Amino acid sequence: MSPSSSPRRPGLPVALVLIPATLIAASAWLLPSIAAYTSALVSYNTIVVLLGTTLLGANAGLIGTFTVLRGRALLGDVLAHASLPGLPLAVLILGRRSFGAMLGGAFIAGLAGVFLLTLVRRWTRTKDDAAMGIIRSVLFGLGVVLISFVQTRDVDGGKAGFDSYILGKTAGMLAEHVRLIAIVSLASLSTIVLLYKEFQLTSFDSGFARVQGWPALVLDNLQMGLVAVTTVVALPAVGAVLVTALLILPGVTMRFWTERLRTLLLGSAVLGAAIGAIGSSASATFSLLPAGPVIVLVGVAFFVFSLLLAPRRGLIARQIAQQKFRRDRRRRRLLATLYELDEADGGENDWHGVDRIASRHAWSPTELFQVVTEVELEDLIRRRDIDGAGQLCRLTTAGTEHAATIVRGFRLRDALLDQYPDQAVLVAAWEPRDFDENLPPEQLASLEARLRADGRLPAVPPRAMPPADGLEENRR
Amino acid sequence: MSTPVSSTTQNETSGTSRSAPPILDIHDVTVAYHERPVLWDVDITLTEPRLVGIIGPNGAGKSTLIKAVLGLVPLAGGSVSIFGGTAHSQRRRIGYVPQRESVDWDFPVSVLDVVLMGTYGRLGWFRRPRADDVAWARECLASVGMADYADRQIGQLSGGQQQRTFLARALAQRADIYFMDEPMAGVDAATERVVFSLLQSLRKEGKTVLVVHHDLRTVPQYFEHLLMLNMRLTAAGPTDSTFTADNLRKTYGGRLDVLEAAADALRRRQKSD
Repeated sequence: MSPSSSPRRPGLPVALVLIPATLIAASAWLLPSIAAYTSALVSYNTIVVLLGTTLLGANAGLIGTFTVLRGRALLGDVLAHASLPGLPLAVLILGRRSFGAMLGGAFIAGLAGVFLLTLVRRWTRTKDDAAMGIIRSVLFGLGVVLISFVQTRDVDGGKAGFDSYILGKTAGMLAEHVRLIAIVSLASLSTIVLLYKEFQLTSFDSGFARVQGWPALVLDNLQMGLVAVTTVVALPAVGAVLVTALLILPGVTMRFWTERLRTLLLGSAVLGAAIGAIGSSASATFSLLPAGPVIVLVGVAFFVFSLLLAPRRGLIARQIAQQKFRRDRRRRRLLATLYELDEADGGENDWHGVDRIASRHAWSPTELFQVVTEVELEDLIRRRDIDGAGQLCRLTTAGTEHAATIVRGFRLRDALLDQYPDQAVLVAAWEPRDFDENLPPEQLASLEARLRADGRLPAVPPRAMPPADGLEENRR
Repeated sequence: MSTPVSSTTQNETSGTSRSAPPILDIHDVTVAYHERPVLWDVDITLTEPRLVGIIGPNGAGKSTLIKAVLGLVPLAGGSVSIFGGTAHSQRRRIGYVPQRESVDWDFPVSVLDVVLMGTYGRLGWFRRPRADDVAWARECLASVGMADYADRQIGQLSGGQQQRTFLARALAQRADIYFMDEPMAGVDAATERVVFSLLQSLRKEGKTVLVVHHDLRTVPQYFEHLLMLNMRLTAAGPTDSTFTADNLRKTYGGRLDVLEAAADALRRRQKSD
């Protein structure tokens, strides 16, 4: 294998992500000039909000994906709720309201909440979910109480504004806030680009990572720090209650569409951006709606769409696959049963009562109708009505060959499992013809010889093996 | 290009055979979870490269022993040295196959991605796998018969194929001592054959392999050295002299099914002798 044939060229995709991201983020410093060009169409404020929420969504989607993959989504929620007391505490300590100090307070409080959680986990036998529930609600409650307290003190116009930290408000977003979001987004993007390999490894298999000498705990804490920063800068726009949704939804939604971590991360960032932009626009258009819930609802719309319609992982695709599996199962049972009834009668193709076969396999009338019709259309059986009630059916010549292949597969499998019971897991998924391909020729010959000696080896013409047409069934 | 199992550099192999420190020295090790000892007073010294089986009943602390040696669970007492150093200082020479159930197989990575993780230790911080690392990972995959599955998402593999992927990842580590936690649990016969022949060729390369194993029937066939555990070391030594009815009773108690399987294995060994 020559090195040049490798599909991996790490340089290009990284640049492809970093350059546009940097350009978008950099536009936070060019807001007035951009607004000057577009002022005829949209207001300065709209552009500020749009850029802010887009970056916010992209950043949350990117960081949140790892949180989701590690099964730590609830940890992000604990962090978000625990950050609330930090806002009024910062005001109380400083004696005045300062945007930066309040976010700093929220950051410290959020991490303190997570730290408290690790303490409870380590030193008590409280179950994980209970510990999370307690800390999340207690610290959130503390935050609400402290906010009321600060508001009664009326520190430096403290009456207004705290509400937006609970449910989110994008309308009054300042350029200063957008620049902060831009800095945080670029920092987390560069961290993930730089430490992609390390994060991938520790997220997938932290035990293996530690044996290789990676400081899994440091990497974990770095990830947690990124979640904390992301949460805190999102607080004013989305609110403490709903930040988690912005972190989780993009990753969970994109997971329906891709099996690759790179694509998942990139896709989650793009989707997060779209959710942020659409949500804030909707919130601005209907000015009564708080931004947080609208953004979350937009995210949920993408999620539900993917949940239903994604190929392979989506509900509908899985339902279809399951139905097909069951139909194939019934089809094989019908053919095999007819074959074995003929075999018991001496080998001639004979008419057999459909209802008896159905009751033998506990098929409903619909299932019976479906399978008989399908197989008849394939010209594998003939069907005849009898006066009074019920129907008879009979294998055609093609049907007999097809059924013989199926029955032969079943019997080879059972004979094989008689000898090697521990191979059930492997063999269960084999198609009737797989035995010819997967077994060593001498083993196949000996199994066939055993069946032939018992007179139980169906005569299959050499070229009559049908193509694989579904999943194998488990025979009773 | 070398095959995955013959990758050791010259000084590494010669280093193990002539140098003074033992390959593995476990001294008076005790491990406890929540102040409850799960493994105690374990003393093991390995001076020669060996294929070592670790056997014992469920809950005997087999995995715990491996994890304690590798520093994944803290020691409540005692000490461990690998090639005369700590597990951390010797990490480039250690290969690890964790239990298959220990990871989320729905994680969005391909088989090749997982095998490449074996090269991360040597790559160090920030550096991505390069073309020659990818070629090496593909070779390791080929040596466990998985070359055609490189681009599959790992969740679409059978249990045996997942296990082979983990083995390929350990091979990609180019280690001198391997720790494998139940690599043959719940796998198909083909995979078990692959694992077994892999163990053989690693051994031929002068590597030491410690394998947590559950199937007593295959013990005499697979391993030349045994560690028998039941929360403490009940027996250790060459399989020929250690795998005896007496030691099995000491390790497993009077459980009939186990003893029958072992008796079966003993009989077969006598027949082949």
